[in-house]
Amino acid sequence: MRRAPAALLLLAVLAFPLVFARPFPRHVMIMIFLYGALATAWNILAGYCGQISLGHAVYFGIGAYTSTFLVREAALTPWLGMLVGAALAVVVSQAIGYPVFRLRGHYFAIATIGFGEIVQTLVLNWDLVGGARGLFVPIKRPDSLLNLQFHDSKAVYYYLALGLLALALGATRWIERSRRGYYFRAIREDQDAAASLGVRVAREKHAAMAVSAALTALGGTFWAQYVLFIDPESVFPLSLSILICLVAVMGGVGSLWGPLLGAVVLVPLSEGTRVLLGGTGKALDLLIYGALIMAIAVIQPAGLMGLMRQLRGRRAVAPRGEARRESAA
Amino acid sequence: MGCVYALVAAGLSLIFGLMELVNFAHGEFLMLAMYVAFFAWSLGGLDPVIGAPVAAAVLGAVGWLTYHGLIRRVLAAPMLAQIFATFGLGVFLRNGAQFAFGVDFLTVQDPWLAGRLSLGGLFLGLPQVGASLVALAAFLALYLFLSRSETGLALTATAQDRQAASLMGIDTQRMFALGWVIGGACVGVAGALLATFFYIYPDVGGPFALLAYVTVALGGFGNVPGTLAAGVVVGLVEALAGLLIPPAFKYSVVFALYLAVVLWRPQGLFGRF
Amino acid sequence: MSAPLLEVTGLTKRFGGVVANRDVSFRVGPGELVGVIGPNGAGKSTLFDLITGFTRPDAGTVRIDGRDATGLRPDEICRLGLGRTFQKLRPFHGMTALENVMIGAFLNTADVAEARAAATAALASVGLGDRIAVQARGLSTGQRKRLELARALATRPRLLLLDEVTGGVDAGAIPGLVALVRDLHARGIGLIVIEHNMRVIMDIAQRIVALQLGEVIADGPPAEITRDRRVIDAYLGEAWRA
Repeated sequence: MRRAPAALLLLAVLAFPLVFARPFPRHVMIMIFLYGALATAWNILAGYCGQISLGHAVYFGIGAYTSTFLVREAALTPWLGMLVGAALAVVVSQAIGYPVFRLRGHYFAIATIGFGEIVQTLVLNWDLVGGARGLFVPIKRPDSLLNLQFHDSKAVYYYLALGLLALALGATRWIERSRRGYYFRAIREDQDAAASLGVRVAREKHAAMAVSAALTALGGTFWAQYVLFIDPESVFPLSLSILICLVAVMGGVGSLWGPLLGAVVLVPLSEGTRVLLGGTGKALDLLIYGALIMAIAVIQPAGLMGLMRQLRGRRAVAPRGEARRESAA
Repeated sequence: MGCVYALVAAGLSLIFGLMELVNFAHGEFLMLAMYVAFFAWSLGGLDPVIGAPVAAAVLGAVGWLTYHGLIRRVLAAPMLAQIFATFGLGVFLRNGAQFAFGVDFLTVQDPWLAGRLSLGGLFLGLPQVGASLVALAAFLALYLFLSRSETGLALTATAQDRQAASLMGIDTQRMFALGWVIGGACVGVAGALLATFFYIYPDVGGPFALLAYVTVALGGFGNVPGTLAAGVVVGLVEALAGLLIPPAFKYSVVFALYLAVVLWRPQGLFGRF
Repeated sequence: MSAPLLEVTGLTKRFGGVVANRDVSFRVGPGELVGVIGPNGAGKSTLFDLITGFTRPDAGTVRIDGRDATGLRPDEICRLGLGRTFQKLRPFHGMTALENVMIGAFLNTADVAEARAAATAALASVGLGDRIAVQARGLSTGQRKRLELARALATRPRLLLLDEVTGGVDAGAIPGLVALVRDLHARGIGLIVIEHNMRVIMDIAQRIVALQLGEVIADGPPAEITRDRRVIDAYLGEAWRA
């Protein structure tokens, strides 16, 4: 992105809540940021490192449940609860990763779905955390940053979501430019060849998983504080995992801005269908998603970013880091 | 029940053996089959057992369509694209069904096979027994087809070594399509059978898909006869799990079995990979 | 005498009913250039897989610098100073030549700029200096062979296992590749080279190990090998004269 338009865009994004004061537009933007962040987090593991996890909602749910539980039982501010949630998500991710990273390709994907389902079933049947009834986040008034609850205006949520997105993008960018980022991509291409060059494949995969899980869990806590009610159906389902995937794939897996682009396209679509079609909207938008996933898979697996690259006519494109170096040379 | 799982899994196994592609939409194929059987019954008065060939035909067609419309284009694509292609199809079908038929549970009333059978002290539901028998018969037919008929042998050859087969003049494209047709047909029969005693609703495919994956893994990806034995094992494990621990965790046990298999014995019990 | 760089003893590997390697033993000293020859199916690539940790042997040991390295992971083997190339080339297709080699260079540094410099140098040393920004999938076979060589070199190995240096390369490019291998040898890097091109291997190898049906049938200098009855019968044919 070139300097001037990028700066203008940034300014526009920052000023948005000042211009649009109605809740709905703000809500849409918040959702874009949230899904953008979740998809970017997923992208670290799946796009860069090539491990297609189809059960990522697990970490979202862990983040949401941990912080909510701590707010209820220990009156702990969600800010700390968020960190605990992220830590727990990392631990779980390593535990899941241990058996699952020995698998490749399709087997790995199936296993991640399975773990997602198991955790969802577990929570569904665990009364301590509310089981099927879910958990309500205790309402605290007045609005406060400490308690992370705002009832009159979505403005602060807006900036928080934006912050989360920035964090996810920042993490991705940092990794992309580091040795780890190169290693991830090598693993994605050919993990055995990478191993022959001294890459500790398992360790790298676990690292990718940890970062991805932590970021996703932060998103979960944000969600809990935003809607103030969570239940297994809303934070753990396979459909959420699918959605995260789709957003990332639509925009462009393996690129920095791809997932955000996907969110920009899909979230308004989703919110739009929900508003237009009411009750049956649920199935219809997933229906469209299914069709979209198939279309992307067939037409351009690299998503919108890939499509844009194709249109610009650059065939043997060098990925991010080296491309910039090339044009600067 | 194991026999039914085996039938469902057989198609999956065949497809994988042919082109190393896992059909993530297999559960949804099954769901479609059940709906087809249901409509054959409610609109045409055909009992599901009679409706099975209809379901088989319809699903066979679905399989063929899927291959030509979708799979063919992603055969050369990176694995990510392949996973997404069938995964997307699954999502599409599941929600399409929800959109078209609603979320209500449907059942076939008064099927031919109803009531119970008493064997010693065990009470077995007659529909289940009937289903197993038909499934076994279908499986046998499949096995005979694969090992005796010329087309069947060509199919097996393609699965074992694609290039050699094409050098021998076997049209791999046709074989792939055939694999999908047969896979669809198997699922079609299985679905119709299940419709005699199972609730029918859009999400019904999920658990069965998982069971199918486990069965295929256990029997060895690509090994069709092994799938039968594996199916029985899975059925037993599931039944036992249902008895011993809270039913909600039944599938967790099955999934644990899947993990155990792919981690410790990737070739499955009888596989060749 | 100090411990040899690499010593394999009694390596055996079975795949189902096929014995790919049976009781293979030999050693390689620092800086030695050893050739491995044998008909197809003799177990040469399997031997490489066993040494570099891609497969576990059913029996036997691999010792590097005298220490047991049997069954270590490939990345651990690499850290011990062994690099390898593959018979079926495995470049990172979606990455540029430079990025490919950087992966190797990263073994010795975590700094991206340093790795980039090391990779550029490695690519120049194999004659790909003008191709560093090209995506790997856009390179010809000969270029890919050099790429894989550069990549393994960037890890600064003490012993390089080259699986088929000249396979699939057109005749005009062979002398260039041979010169490259000689150059590596001159730098003091040990080399084990699997080759089918007898002229090449006779030319450069100090010692040759001949395999047939998984067993070592001869181990000695080229002159000796070409006169060895078993090797002639199994592989060379009567027409060969050194």
